[in-house]
Amino acid sequence: MDANYSLLSIEIATTLLAIGVIVIGLLVPKEQKYGLGYLVTIGLTGILLLSFSFYGVNTKLFDGMYIIDDFSTFFKQLFLIAAILVSMAATLYVKKIGTNYGEFFVMMVFATVGMMLLSSSGDFITLYLALETMTISFYILTGYKKNDSKSAEAGVKYLILGAMSSAILLYGLSLVYGMTGTTVIVEVAAKIKVLGSMSPALLVGMIFLIAGFGFKISAVPFQMWSPDVYEGAPTPVTAFLAVGSKAAAFAVLIRVFFVAFPAFQSQWRLLFAALAALTIIIGNLVAIPQTNIKRMLAYSSIAQAGYIMTGIVAASVAGVKGVAFYAMLYVFATIGAFTVVMNFSANTGSDEIKDYAGLAQRSPLLASVLTVCLLSMAGIPPLAGFAGKFYLFSAIVNQGYLWLVIIGLLMSMASVYYYLSVAKVMYMADPVDNTPLVVPAGAKATLLVTMVITVFLGIWPEPLSVLANMAAAALFK
Amino acid sequence: MGFPVLTVILLAPIIGALISVFIPKENSKVIKAVAGITTFTSLALTIVIYFIYYNQNLATGGFAFTEDIPWVRDLGVVYSLGVDGFSLPMLLLTNIIGFTSVFSRSWSVEKRAKEFYILLLILIGGVMGTFVARDLFIFFLFYEVVVIPIYIMVIIWGSGSKTKAVTKEYAGMKLTIYLLIGSAFLLAAMIWMYMQAAVYLGAPTFDIATLAKVDFPAKFQIIAFGMMAFGFTTLLSMFPFHSWSPDGYAGAPTAVSMIHAGVLKKIGGYGLIRIGLFILPLGAKAWAPVIAILAVGNVVYAALICLAQKDMKYVVGYSSVSHMGFVLIGVASLNIIGLNGAVANMFAHGVMSALFFSMVGYIYAATKSRYIPDLGGLAHQMPVASTGFVVAAMASAGLPGLVSFVPEFTTFVGAFATKQTNMQVLSIIALTGVVLGAVYVLRMVANVLFGPRKEEWDHVEDIKGSYLIPVVVLIVFIVTFGIFPSLLMDMVNSGMQPIAAKMVQATTAAAAAAQIGGNI
Repeated sequence: MDANYSLLSIEIATTLLAIGVIVIGLLVPKEQKYGLGYLVTIGLTGILLLSFSFYGVNTKLFDGMYIIDDFSTFFKQLFLIAAILVSMAATLYVKKIGTNYGEFFVMMVFATVGMMLLSSSGDFITLYLALETMTISFYILTGYKKNDSKSAEAGVKYLILGAMSSAILLYGLSLVYGMTGTTVIVEVAAKIKVLGSMSPALLVGMIFLIAGFGFKISAVPFQMWSPDVYEGAPTPVTAFLAVGSKAAAFAVLIRVFFVAFPAFQSQWRLLFAALAALTIIIGNLVAIPQTNIKRMLAYSSIAQAGYIMTGIVAASVAGVKGVAFYAMLYVFATIGAFTVVMNFSANTGSDEIKDYAGLAQRSPLLASVLTVCLLSMAGIPPLAGFAGKFYLFSAIVNQGYLWLVIIGLLMSMASVYYYLSVAKVMYMADPVDNTPLVVPAGAKATLLVTMVITVFLGIWPEPLSVLANMAAAALFK
Repeated sequence: MGFPVLTVILLAPIIGALISVFIPKENSKVIKAVAGITTFTSLALTIVIYFIYYNQNLATGGFAFTEDIPWVRDLGVVYSLGVDGFSLPMLLLTNIIGFTSVFSRSWSVEKRAKEFYILLLILIGGVMGTFVARDLFIFFLFYEVVVIPIYIMVIIWGSGSKTKAVTKEYAGMKLTIYLLIGSAFLLAAMIWMYMQAAVYLGAPTFDIATLAKVDFPAKFQIIAFGMMAFGFTTLLSMFPFHSWSPDGYAGAPTAVSMIHAGVLKKIGGYGLIRIGLFILPLGAKAWAPVIAILAVGNVVYAALICLAQKDMKYVVGYSSVSHMGFVLIGVASLNIIGLNGAVANMFAHGVMSALFFSMVGYIYAATKSRYIPDLGGLAHQMPVASTGFVVAAMASAGLPGLVSFVPEFTTFVGAFATKQTNMQVLSIIALTGVVLGAVYVLRMVANVLFGPRKEEWDHVEDIKGSYLIPVVVLIVFIVTFGIFPSLLMDMVNSGMQPIAAKMVQATTAAAAAAQIGGNI
């Protein structure tokens, strides 16, 4: 079969960008390497613009091993946006790390390629390879600050636990393959239909898959790694890990369960409902006593994963639409918040919440972006998080999951407590040290973009919801 | 569609806030002037449309000055505004208090004045939005917008209490958490109702009038109304969910106390009637006895606590909890007279408590004390402030000729008109609250204003300059609506007609259905 390689132009272009940056990085002298970050930003922006032409293309390549549809295009755009925002914001921070400036961005782009392949994979082999491409890039990025013991510890921790979760996932995939005799996701569903009943091995396989993906999206009870890794990793990496890796795992999780296991829907829906409730409750409650802002954001991002999971419980177009919508706005809110954190710590060297005292007077921009992003995560209108939660919860409320909606809403109100505690420190107290903070232009751009889009999507969610709806509908074709 | 007057009213303060962002923070006088001008624009336009509606639309009722722009198509959200006899008094109230609160005095506001006025203007815009929205989604959007500015304003410009171990951080957070937990249930019920209605109607909609046409099953109505009522009555500070309110008012700066006690908690009553009673009448019928009993708890319990307070702001705070009991009794009687009384009471209590908080805030700012035993004889030094204080106190006690007499009277007539013994007994108990109310306000007036002159307060300045605006404007409204109650009552009556009619129709239909079931 002749494949139309132009369909892969996004992936090819991104890979070429990564290789190009390596080559250019070797050629230019050290003091000029700081341009590489901007090169990556510009290159990715071009690819993002290109990707808009892919809406409406729904096809399969290589005998179903690779799927290009609106669902994957939507998520590819999400990864590109995340990578663009992070690469813009990270310039000052990465410069402070000192060594190997260009390689940082190269690894970021490779991780993006992995995520893209993951969202398009139609076969367990593609899936696993893509997952490893992404994860191995992140292992390197997490331990990027070689001389910082926390960063090294986070790298090792992520490597060991990540490898274990990959093993579990692989075992699950092999069990499913063993029972059905195929690795193509669509054919798995057909084979299960023929089998008629759920064999124990298949059940174990499915649970292993949930555990493997649950690790990536840091769902309770597989969340233990994330606060330590988030705290130790360089902050731009944390931001990218929190949004990109999580969204990619959601994309592939949805594809596998919706396409391969519709026969066991009633079982896995219940399981995901329980996991979602646990994740929401534990994420939010443990976030309350945190004193380090990165750990607080780590727990809050666990809770956010719980909200997104409620869309999977719905198992409908509306639910997937909610997931896609929420994942996208979560990108803006999370990267906005982490950009504030990385610029604050690049200036002051601290990640403690108490050191944010008087930030509103030292840098009104940082304080207002952080407030807007946190309140969006809490779901306070008129910010995007409210619209996102509305899409998610309206998808499940009529299906007998009113209890989950109430838990979700109550916990998001509880989350206001710890988000507002940060706001309180920033706005109420007077600063101890009055030196104004230096925020480079790239980071300023990221901050403004995240804030404006978070407010804009809250007031008028329609543009994004149309795209999210297309993405969701493509999955059910 | 003609001139979008409601959008202009709504946007004026928001535009004021945007302008203020670009004024350097040293020019706090300019910022205050901008806030004053924009809120005055809203107030003036509201008065104009109030009288246009009063003269032209009163007989026919229904919404006027409507605007409809499709907003989020896939959810069925429409940016639809409009006012009727129910929302107009509330809108007027918001604008009266919004305008006067800009000129109220709070000693802490001189620090970081720019941020204060920006937040205040956003708050005023948000409150207005809830009263003019005809779309449930838009309503809820504005409903939650108001919580966060209040929190920030309390923790920056608020004050702790001398008599209780309450800090401003505690008061602000308590208020926020209470309201947000209430709104979580409210939002859950709203999403549920929206999805249920989509099943009956075939297409999703948030239009309140369309939702009211759906006959939801009785069981659904009872659960959904319960959840909504929890949210709304928490905001209305119904006993036993009231404890955020006195702490919050005491902690808040004057302008926020005025807006919060004056209009913001009225959103609870507004939502309870407009959404609860109108869309879910059977649920309201099932819960009315519970609400009535808790309402009496409000009136009597809060009034008794008032007697023991030594902090002026707490007295006014608890008295506002007590007054909300009257509103709830009116709502629980579920007939047109009671509803008229409830809504009119919300308006009356709004202007009255705004004046009260304004005066208490002024005295506190001037003397740096709000502890009643420290004060005394202030009528000697502050005759103008004392006048305002006494008028507010008299209105609070329900003196005829002032704004709150007719509403309170109507409420009790409504409760008796139910012809149910329990409502009648409960309202007799609640009447003791009126007596207690007179006791605690008069006692406060006597101890703060009258008595021998204290020399330590001789340096204190009386109200003058722009600080006069709240006293004058609020007294004008209190007296006008007291002498011409029909200005208010006719308006409210026209707004309550469709809601009361829906109530009657739903309950008779349910009774008829039960009859048929019984015969078979």
